[in-house]
Amino acid sequence: MRLELRHVTKKFGSFVANDSIDLVVEPGQIHALLGENGAGKSTLMNVLYGLYEADGGEILLDDKPVHFSGPGDAMAAGIGMVHQHFMLIPVFTVAENVVLGHEPVAGFDLINVAKARTMVREISEQFGFEVDPDAIVEDLPVGIQQRVEIIKALSRQAKILILDEPTAVLTPQETDELMDIMRQLKAAGTSIVFITHKLREVQEVADTITVIRLGKVVGEALPTASQVELAEMMVGRAVSLGVDKSVSDGGPVTLEVRDLTLVDTSGITLLDDVSFDVRAGEILAVAGVQGNGQTELAETLIGLSKPTGGTVTLYEDIDGVRTPKNVTGKKVKKILAEGVGFVPEDRSTDGMVHSFSIAENLVLDQVSNPPFSKAGALSMKAIAENAAKQVETFDVRAGSANAPLGTLSGGNQQKVVLARELSRKLTLFIASQPTRGVDVGSIEFIHARIVEERNAGAAVLIISTELNEVTALADRIAVMYKGRFVGIVPPDTQRHVLGLMMAGVPVEEALAQQKGAES
Amino acid sequence: MSDLDATVPGGATTMTTEMNPDSRSTDTKNPDSKPARSWKDTLAKITNSSWLTSLLAVIVALVVGAILIAAADGGVQATAEYLFGRPGDFFAALGDSVGSAYSSLFQGAVFNISTSYTVADFFHPLTNTITYSVPLIFAGLALGIGFRAGLFNIGAQGQIVIGATLCGFIGFTWHLPPGIHLIACLVGAFIGGAIWGFIPGILKALTGANEVIVTIMLNSVAVYLLSWLLTLQAFRSPGSFMPISPAVDPSARYPHFFGTAIDLGFVLALVAAVAVWWMMERSTLGFRIRAVGESNDAARTAGMSVAGAYVWVMVIAGGLAGLASTSQLLSGGSQQLNGDIASTFGFDAITVALLGRSKPVGTVLAGLLFGGLRAGGYVMQSVTGTPIDIILVLQSVIVLLIAAPPLVRAIFRLPDPDRRAKVKTPRRQRALAVTAASAEVTSIASVADSTRASAAVLAPSVPADTSPGAAPDILSESNGTEAQS
Repeated sequence: MRLELRHVTKKFGSFVANDSIDLVVEPGQIHALLGENGAGKSTLMNVLYGLYEADGGEILLDDKPVHFSGPGDAMAAGIGMVHQHFMLIPVFTVAENVVLGHEPVAGFDLINVAKARTMVREISEQFGFEVDPDAIVEDLPVGIQQRVEIIKALSRQAKILILDEPTAVLTPQETDELMDIMRQLKAAGTSIVFITHKLREVQEVADTITVIRLGKVVGEALPTASQVELAEMMVGRAVSLGVDKSVSDGGPVTLEVRDLTLVDTSGITLLDDVSFDVRAGEILAVAGVQGNGQTELAETLIGLSKPTGGTVTLYEDIDGVRTPKNVTGKKVKKILAEGVGFVPEDRSTDGMVHSFSIAENLVLDQVSNPPFSKAGALSMKAIAENAAKQVETFDVRAGSANAPLGTLSGGNQQKVVLARELSRKLTLFIASQPTRGVDVGSIEFIHARIVEERNAGAAVLIISTELNEVTALADRIAVMYKGRFVGIVPPDTQRHVLGLMMAGVPVEEALAQQKGAES
Repeated sequence: MSDLDATVPGGATTMTTEMNPDSRSTDTKNPDSKPARSWKDTLAKITNSSWLTSLLAVIVALVVGAILIAAADGGVQATAEYLFGRPGDFFAALGDSVGSAYSSLFQGAVFNISTSYTVADFFHPLTNTITYSVPLIFAGLALGIGFRAGLFNIGAQGQIVIGATLCGFIGFTWHLPPGIHLIACLVGAFIGGAIWGFIPGILKALTGANEVIVTIMLNSVAVYLLSWLLTLQAFRSPGSFMPISPAVDPSARYPHFFGTAIDLGFVLALVAAVAVWWMMERSTLGFRIRAVGESNDAARTAGMSVAGAYVWVMVIAGGLAGLASTSQLLSGGSQQLNGDIASTFGFDAITVALLGRSKPVGTVLAGLLFGGLRAGGYVMQSVTGTPIDIILVLQSVIVLLIAAPPLVRAIFRLPDPDRRAKVKTPRRQRALAVTAASAEVTSIASVADSTRASAAVLAPSVPADTSPGAAPDILSESNGTEAQS
C-alpha cells in the first residue's frame, strides 16, 4: 500500500508541532523518520494513526484520500502501530493479547482460543518469530513482547506498520533481530515507518530517510549518507559525534563498593554482590539492558535505598591523607554533603520539579546551605545570581531564569540538572542516563562537561543503556546483567562482545565466541 | 546467530520484565502510591490553574443560585402557570425575586444602602462579613499549606475543636492580666490545633497512613472528646448542668477597633496570611514543602526529608486551624465552649482554600467572599425569605467548578492553557499511546472489570495479587487522558 501525507499540519495552541509535512512511503519500503526528541515525529504518526486530528493537509492511501477519526479507522485501513511502550495486558497469553479487541468468537460469545492460537502460530511461522501463543506476556523478554505487538498488527492485515522508537528497550542483539524481522516484513510487501533518532540503525535498515526538525521536513536522505551528514540535518548545524578525550588511568580510589547486595521486600535480588572501584579522574561506565539493576545501583549508592549487604566507602583527601568514610545506608543529604553529585535516570520525576523555576531547580539540593539561605530564610539574591551564572555557563536556552523548568526542552532540562550538580566541587559524580531524551546538540555539550569533570579530578560513574555513550565516555566499562557485574572491560572492547555480556555471557566466553566468529 | 537466539530470549531480559523499566515502574514499586498521587495531581491542578477559573466559578455559581432562587419563589411559580399567556409577568417576577434576593445578600454583606443613617450603620454589614471571614481565613490558610504540600488535610474541623478546647480552658480557668491572658489563649489555641495536626502528620511520615482517612476520623474523635470534657465539672459553669463552659474572661478577649465589630482577630488573620506567604515563598522550609508537594520523588532525590516536611506541614496547619477557634471564643459570639464550637468552619475552609488556589492572598479574598455570603445570607433570608441553604448551594457549585476546570472552560469556551505543555511531556505521550490501545481494544472497560476474574481463570499460575495491578493500571492512565482532553 502506498501512503502519502500532503501538507499535514498539526498545531497545539500557537505551537506548530507539524508544519505542512509531506511524506511518501512506497509499498514494501522501510522509511525511516529521523529527528531529535520533540521534532514532531511522534505527533505526525499520531495524526496518521487517528489519535490527533490534523489542522490541515490530507492523508492518502493508494492515492485515495482517507480520514481517520480514531485508531480503529486507521487499523481498518491497514495501518498498524507498535508503540514505544507496549500496549499488552501482562497477565494474558500471547494469543489473547493478539486477538484483544477483535476476538474470534465461537457461539454464545465465547472466545475461540484455538483460532486465536492458530492465527498467532501462522504469522509467527511465516516470519520466523518463534513466539509461543500460550506464553503469558509478562514472562516474556522485552524483545519477544515487541514481536507480539507486531503480530498483533499483522493479524489485522496491517499493510503499513509504524514502529515508534522500537530499539529503545532492546539489547544490541535483539536490535539486530528486529532489523531482520523488518527486512522480512518488507520482503512480504509490508511498508514500515521506522521512527528513531539512532543514526546507525537508520543506515543499516532504511530504504529512504526523511529528516524532521522543529516540525518541518528538512529533507530526504539515502542510507548511504554519512552519520555526520545525517546528524547535521537533524540538528541543523555541524556536530561532532565522538567525545574528544584521552583514556585516563585514574588516580587513587575514590569510591569503593564491596559485595553490595539489595533484596527487595518481595525477596527479589536486585543487586547481587556488586564490587568495584572508581578512581579519581576516571570514568567508569556501567552498560546493560535497562532493568538489570542499574537504577537500584545508583539509588543505593546515593542513599535512596538501603542495601541489604555490603559496603560503600568514599575516600577523600583530608590534610593530604587519603581517608575512608563509610557511607553505606547513610541519608541522601549526608552523602550529597560528602561531595557527591547525582543525576538521576528519570530526570522528569526524580531530577526536577516541573513547576519550579529554573532558578529554584538550580538550588534544589543546596537550598539549605549558604549562600542560598541564611537561618532558614532564602536568599533570593544569591539564588538569582546563581541562576544567571549557571544559565550562562551551561548554555541553557530559556526566556528567563524564572520560567518553570517543565516548559523547557529535554536537553535544556538536563543541562539545568547537570549545572546544579556540577556547580560545586565534587569528589564523585554519578550520572544515570545523562543524555536520555536529550537532543544531539546538547549530548555533545553534556559529554564534554562530564569529561571536564573527570579531568578536574572527580571520580565519575556513568550508567547508560546507550552503548554509543558508554564506549564514547568510558575509561573502563562494567557490564551489568541481572543485578550482577558480568565483567569490567576496556573501552575498546568490541560492540558484539559487549552485547553478549549484556545478555549475561561471561567475559571470557564472550571473547572466545567473538574469536570463533572471526576465524 | 543461532547461539544468540538461544541466549537472548532465554535469559537476557526475564529480569527486565520483573523490574519493568518503563512507565509503570513507580507504580510497581509502591502500589499504594496510586490514589495518593491522583489526589495530589488534582490538588496540583487546582492550585496551579488560573485565577480566571476561580472568578468564572463564582459567576456560574451565582447564575445557578439565581435559577434556584427563582424556582423556589412563589411569585415566579404562580406566573409560570400562565407563562405563554403573559410572559411579561413571569419575567418580571423572575427579575424581582432574583434581584431582591441578591440585592439583600449584597446589602447584608457589604453596604447597607437602604437603612443607613450613620457611617457605622453603612459599614455594619461589612464588619459582619469580616467577622465571619476570620475563622475561614485562618482555617483556609491552614488547609492551603497542606494542599501545597500535596496533603489533603480535611482535619481542620477537629483541629479547630481541640484548639478551642485548650484556648477556652485557658480562657476561663486561668485568670491572668489582660494582654498576657490573650497571648496565653492564642498559644493554647495554636498548640491544641498543632497537636491534632501532628497526629496525622507523624502517622503519614512513619507509616504512610492516608491523611484523608486519619483526619476524617480525628474530626470525630475531637468532637466527642470535647463532648466528654464538657460533662466534667472542670469544664462547666458552677451549678450548671448544661454541656456549656463558662465564658472566657474579658481579660483574654480581642480588643475592638474604634468601637466597631472589627477586632484584633481580623488583624491577626491578615498577619497570619503574610506569615504564611513568607514561609512558603521565602523560607527554606516553604521551599521544601513546595518541592515535596510538587514532586516528592525529586525532593527525596535532592536529599530533602519528605517525612519531615509532612510533619511540619501538619503541625503548622493544625496550629493555624486551632487559631480559627479564637473567633468564637475571644471575639463576638458566646465566648463559651460548647459542642458546636467549630460550626462548619473546618469544612467551609476547604472550599475557601481551593477557591483561593491555596495561596494566602487568594485565601483571604475567598474567606471574605464566603464570610460575606454567610453575613448576607442571614439578611437575605430574613428580608426575602430565600432560604439560607442557597448559600450552601453557591459554595458547593463553586467547589464543583474549581475542581473541574475543564467544565468551566467548556461553559465559557476557553482554550486549554496548558495543552501544549502537556503534549510535550512524556507522561502525556504515554497516556496517549495508551488511549490508542484502549481504542484498539474495543471493550477495554469490560476487560478491565473482568481482569481479576479472567486472569484467575486464564492464567492460574499467576499469583492473584499481580492481576489487579496490570490492566486497571493501563485503564487508570487512559482515564486520566480522557479527563484531560
